[in-house]
Amino acid sequence: MFYREAGQFKSTYTADMAVFPILQDRIGIAVILLLAFVGVPLIGNDFFTTTVMIPFLVFSLAAIGLNILTGYTGLVSLGTAAFMGVGAYSCYKMTTWWPDMNIIVLILVSGLFSAAIGVFFGLPSLRIKGFYLAVATLAAQFFLQWAFVRVPWLFNYNASGAIEVPLRTVFGVPITGATASPETRYFVCLCLVVVLTWLASNIVHGRIGRSWMAVRDMDIAAELMGIKLLNAKLLAFAVSSFYCGVAGAMMIFLWYGGGEAADVFNIRLSFNVLFMVIIGGLGSLIGSFFGAMFIAGLPTILKFGLPAIGIPLAGATAEHITFMLVGALIIFFLIVEPHGLARLWQIAKQKLRTWPFPY
Amino acid sequence: MSDVAARPAPNLLANGWVKTGLILVGVVAAAILGARLDGSGTLYKIFIDPFEQMVSAPDLLVQTIWEGLVTGVLYALIALGFVLIFKASGVFNFAQGIMVVFAALTLVGLHEKGVPAFLAVILTLGVMFVLAVTIERVVLRPLVNQPDIILFMATFGITYFLIGFGESVFGGSPKQMIADQLYLPKGAIDLNILGGLVSLQKIDIAAAVIASIMIAALAVFFQYTRIGRALRAVADSHKAALSVGISLNQIWVIVWFTAGIVALITGIMWGARSDVSFALEIVALKALPVLILGGFTSIPGAIVGGLIIGIGEKMGEFYWGPLVGGGIESWLAYFIALGFLLVRPQGLFGDKIIERI
Repeated sequence: MFYREAGQFKSTYTADMAVFPILQDRIGIAVILLLAFVGVPLIGNDFFTTTVMIPFLVFSLAAIGLNILTGYTGLVSLGTAAFMGVGAYSCYKMTTWWPDMNIIVLILVSGLFSAAIGVFFGLPSLRIKGFYLAVATLAAQFFLQWAFVRVPWLFNYNASGAIEVPLRTVFGVPITGATASPETRYFVCLCLVVVLTWLASNIVHGRIGRSWMAVRDMDIAAELMGIKLLNAKLLAFAVSSFYCGVAGAMMIFLWYGGGEAADVFNIRLSFNVLFMVIIGGLGSLIGSFFGAMFIAGLPTILKFGLPAIGIPLAGATAEHITFMLVGALIIFFLIVEPHGLARLWQIAKQKLRTWPFPY
Repeated sequence: MSDVAARPAPNLLANGWVKTGLILVGVVAAAILGARLDGSGTLYKIFIDPFEQMVSAPDLLVQTIWEGLVTGVLYALIALGFVLIFKASGVFNFAQGIMVVFAALTLVGLHEKGVPAFLAVILTLGVMFVLAVTIERVVLRPLVNQPDIILFMATFGITYFLIGFGESVFGGSPKQMIADQLYLPKGAIDLNILGGLVSLQKIDIAAAVIASIMIAALAVFFQYTRIGRALRAVADSHKAALSVGISLNQIWVIVWFTAGIVALITGIMWGARSDVSFALEIVALKALPVLILGGFTSIPGAIVGGLIIGIGEKMGEFYWGPLVGGGIESWLAYFIALGFLLVRPQGLFGDKIIERI
């Protein structure tokens, strides 16, 4: 009744090809942005902001990164966490070299280092395909994780081997470090995620995105049509690693606030990000957000939600139950909708369009 | 002008093996030359020194190779489970690693409850059968005909579920494998060869022997039994197998059960060498480079791959590891496998990937 495009006529091709062609969608996205920028800081307390919203944003960005590679270009990667780690460490090194530089700029620039490393480890993708490539990307994961521990230069030779996030201010407001308020960190995360998502949306809807999707659907056919596989695949690795690197830098600097980064960026994180992409929906940006919400939010909900509805759980048992439930839910969602939550969302929209008269 | 004259001479460089061989020879020659000129520098340490060590202390070399061999056999066992399932159902079964842990934990847990050791083995096999049936019913059957990556993801779900289930039933603490009760030998044999002592753990010898027997048994099973033929038929083509009256569901249960048996034996062997704990799951990740090295669809590939990775990794760690601060075992296997893959993208023994438009 309310969600209909009837009467909305397009008079230009540009309007017809818009990402949100329907007015209601544009209103919806505006409401969501308004909620994120104004609603959350007003309503949510510090706990909510730090344990729910910031992880959600960080994981969304990482999931978008992997989705560009796996969902849009069809190259399965299990090295996401390592590329995130590269971002975190390069941001750390750069802020040590140039303490006065704007930290937000540094977080973005650290993505470039990650992109370079990603291109290097993406080289085998030109020859290796499918699951063989997935396993080959594990080489990146294990090698980089090893480097994070064994190369003391990366963590400035400190004894603990951990990244210590220093206090950095932008225009006098502390952004990172112990004194930065959760709201500030949330705002920085949100701005980065919104800008980068907008950028990603433009990339995947444009010429580059189309060539990626052609490569995904069949790379030989794409090659015959004149798409240079070398450029397309390596560009996908570069852009994907850039996003992952920025997410990694955000993770350490804006969420964890330092710590044993080598432990953080382990293989389980790589798998988790892959879950997000697949549960959310391959080749869908909004799916990345759904997936991040699902995988990052589920343990928190189970941890704090189950006791709230009267199922008391001890710490260790809760963790085991969480594992079992996550596993079961992954299988459940795959069976119900193998194309991910994004497809469910599409179906819901389709239903809403004809509601209340389905015929 | 005849056509023959116009035809260019056969280009040897077009052959991948020849090209790689030439490049390798060139690199090695350049490195040795550099190392000789260098005297005592880094190049010397990389290209000359390890080999001199190998020649000067052959007993250490034999010991390292033996250790690599044994590790390789155990990697090969895990990889075997993957290959069985991939061949028969095209599922990249990530859960094989956790199945190993789960089987071993069930065995040890049952024995702790007072069940005699061999009865516990039989009961564990029963549990693995129930697991196979459950996985087939709950996970695989509804997901039939889905893209590979979805099935791959589903085995991740199984992994998570089994981790949580195993930890809540058996607890997360490491356990001792009941090696004595299963009459597995322990202790070591010291051999006096090449002017030094080489110590061979009896359990390692047992592992190698048992692995060989199991692989032979599997080969016979695949080659000469009715079910084995059915399995090979399913591996070739699901549709053709269905059309001649082979029940896919039944075959999948059998395959997952076979993988479960392999997992149990692997679990006993790994458990006897170290503890039975969830850390084994990480070790199982080592089976992945073995897989891509050998090819996903080849049982001999799993074994040869396992041996190459095992020996390569131990040699690398022992002779070259100290140069970069050690611990290179965690990633060396992947780089060895990558090196092979760049020459043969489908692994050493894998089916050639034919792509059509």
